[in-house]
Amino acid sequence: MIRSNLPALQVVIPLLGAVLCALLRRGNAAWLLALVVSWTMPFVSGAMLANVLVSGPISYALGGWAPPWGIEYRVDVLSGFVLFLVSAVGAVLMPYARASVGAEVDAAKQPWFYTMYLLCLTGLLGIVITGDAFNAFVFLEVSSLATYVLIALGKDRRALLAAYQYLIMGTIGATLYVVGIGMLYSVTGTLNMVDLAQRLPAIEQTRPVYAALAFITVGISLKLALFPLHVWLPNAYAYAPSMATVFLAATATKVAVYLLLRFFFTVFGLHFVFESVPVGEIFIALSVAAMFGASLVAIFQEDIKRMLAYSSVAQIGYITLGIGLANQAGLTGSIVHLFNHAIMKAALFMAIGAVFHRIGSVKIDDMAGIGRKMPATMGGFVIAGLAIIGTPGTVGFITKWHLAVGALDKGMGWLVFLLVLSSLLAVVYIGRVVEVAWFREPGKAAANAGEPPMLMMTPMLILFVLAVYFGIDTSLTAGIASRAAEILLTGPQ
Amino acid sequence: MEVLSGIVAHYNQWITVFLMVSGLYIVVARGNMVKKLVGLGLFQTSVYLLYISPGKILGGTAPILDPAYTTYSNPLPHVLILTAIVVGVATLALGLALVVRINEAYGTIEEDEIFDRDGAA
Repeated sequence: MIRSNLPALQVVIPLLGAVLCALLRRGNAAWLLALVVSWTMPFVSGAMLANVLVSGPISYALGGWAPPWGIEYRVDVLSGFVLFLVSAVGAVLMPYARASVGAEVDAAKQPWFYTMYLLCLTGLLGIVITGDAFNAFVFLEVSSLATYVLIALGKDRRALLAAYQYLIMGTIGATLYVVGIGMLYSVTGTLNMVDLAQRLPAIEQTRPVYAALAFITVGISLKLALFPLHVWLPNAYAYAPSMATVFLAATATKVAVYLLLRFFFTVFGLHFVFESVPVGEIFIALSVAAMFGASLVAIFQEDIKRMLAYSSVAQIGYITLGIGLANQAGLTGSIVHLFNHAIMKAALFMAIGAVFHRIGSVKIDDMAGIGRKMPATMGGFVIAGLAIIGTPGTVGFITKWHLAVGALDKGMGWLVFLLVLSSLLAVVYIGRVVEVAWFREPGKAAANAGEPPMLMMTPMLILFVLAVYFGIDTSLTAGIASRAAEILLTGPQ
Repeated sequence: MEVLSGIVAHYNQWITVFLMVSGLYIVVARGNMVKKLVGLGLFQTSVYLLYISPGKILGGTAPILDPAYTTYSNPLPHVLILTAIVVGVATLALGLALVVRINEAYGTIEEDEIFDRDGAA
C-alpha cells in the first residue's frame, strides 16, 4: 500500500508538514517537525530510485485518473536522481538549521521560516516528479513564492529588495513558461509530457511549436539563472538567511535545470531542439560567458556570500555547457554536476554561514585569520573550494572531465582550453579567501571566534567528506548520471 | 485589406498580445514598485486570455452531455486558468506585502531612491 503510493507521499508529506508547521508557535518545535519530514524524504525518494534503476520508470495516476487525462507522476532515472538529490540535501541541512536560523531569524518568525522551507521543498519535489507540464508550473510557483519569503526573512533590509526583484523576475519567467505551455496545449490538446512527446513530431515544423520552445526555454532559463538572466541571483543569495541560501543554492537552480532537460530531451526531442534551431550553439556561448563573466565578477566581491553567488552563476554555466553539447559525455557531465555542485556549494555556503554565526560578518576583511580559530570549518572550506576549482580527487574534477570529453567528442577542443582557463579564475577567488583566512593574523572580528556548535558542524563535515568521496568513487553518481543521459538521448523508454 | 481582416479575425489574440507587451513594458519602464506590480498583474492576466479564448468553440455549449448537442466548448482551459488566477493573486499579495515592508524599511517605494539610500548607508 505504502510502496505503491510513494510518488504521492513524496509531495504530500512535506505539504502536510508545512501546514502543521504553520500551526506551531515555537521555533524549536517547528524545526523538529521539519527535521522529521526532511529525514523521511530520502527514504521515499531512495526507495523509488532503487526501484526505477531495477525495473524501469514508475507511472502514478494521481487521484486514480489515468494519464494523459489525469495528472501523472512519473519517476525515471533522471527524475529519481534529482528527487534523491533534493531530498538528501534537505535531510543533511536540517540539523544545521537550528542554530543558524535561531540566530538569524526573529523568534516569532521561525515557525514561518520552516513552513516556507517545507513549502519550497514540496514545490521542488513536485516539479521533478510530475509528468504534467501545467502541474509543473503550479509547483514552480509554490516553490518560488516560498523562496521569495525565505529570502525576505533575511535581517538586512536589502533582503526585502532582493526578494522583490526576484519576485518580478521569477514571475516573468514562470509566466513565459506558462505561455509556452499554452501554445503547446492549443496545438496538441494535451499537457502530459509523454503524450506531448508523441504528438509533437507530426506538427513540429510549425510556428506555434517554435514559439513555444522559445517561451519555455527563456522562462526556465530565468529560473535557473542562465547568464545573462542571472541578475536576481547574487542579491537573493547574499541577503537571504544562511540556511535559505544553502538550501536554494543546492537545490532550486538544479530543479530548474531538470525541467529544462525534461523539455529539451523528453518533450521536444533532441533533433527538433538542436538541429532545427541553434539552441546548442546559443547555450554553449552563454555558458562560456557565464564561466568567465561571473567568475571575473566573483573575484572582486568583498562579501563572501555574494562571491559564492557569482560562483554559482559560473557553475551553472558548466551545467548548461553540457546541455549545449547534447552528447553522451556532455550530458553526463551536466547531470552529475547537478549533484556535485549541490554538495560543494552547500558545503561552502554552510562554512560561510558558520563564520557568520561566530563573527556576525561575511566581509572578507573581517575574516582575517579565521582559519586558526575555526580550523575544521575553514579546512573544509578549502576542500570544497578545491572541488569548485576542479582539482583531481574532488567532485569538481569529475564534472570537468566529462565536459572535456564531451567537448572533444563534439570536435570542440578549444572548449577544453576554456574549461581549464575558467578554473584558474576559480583558483583566484577561492584563493583570496584562503589567503585571508589562513595566512593573516586574526583581526579584531575573528579574535573570539570558535568552531560552531555540533549540530552545525556535523552536516558540514558530512558534505566535506562527500565532496572528496564522490570525487574518487564515481560509480554511484556518474553511473546514474550516465544512464540518465543515455535515456534522454535515445528518447523515452 | 488582407492584413486588416487577419487582425479582425484573430482579434482575441491581438488583444492578448497587446496586454502582454504593455504589461511587460510597465514592469521594465516604471520605477515605482506598486506600478511595477500592476504591470506584472497585467502581464499575467493576458495569459488567462491566451488560454481561455481558444477553449470557446463558436456554437458550442457547456460541456454537459446531452443528445440535443454535438458541439461542446473545452472546459479544461478554464480549470487551468482558475489555478493560474490563484497563483496570480498569491504573487500579487506577496509582492504588495514586500512593498509595504520596503516602504517601512526605506521610507520610499521608488527604485532609484532606494538604490541611492543603500549607496549612502
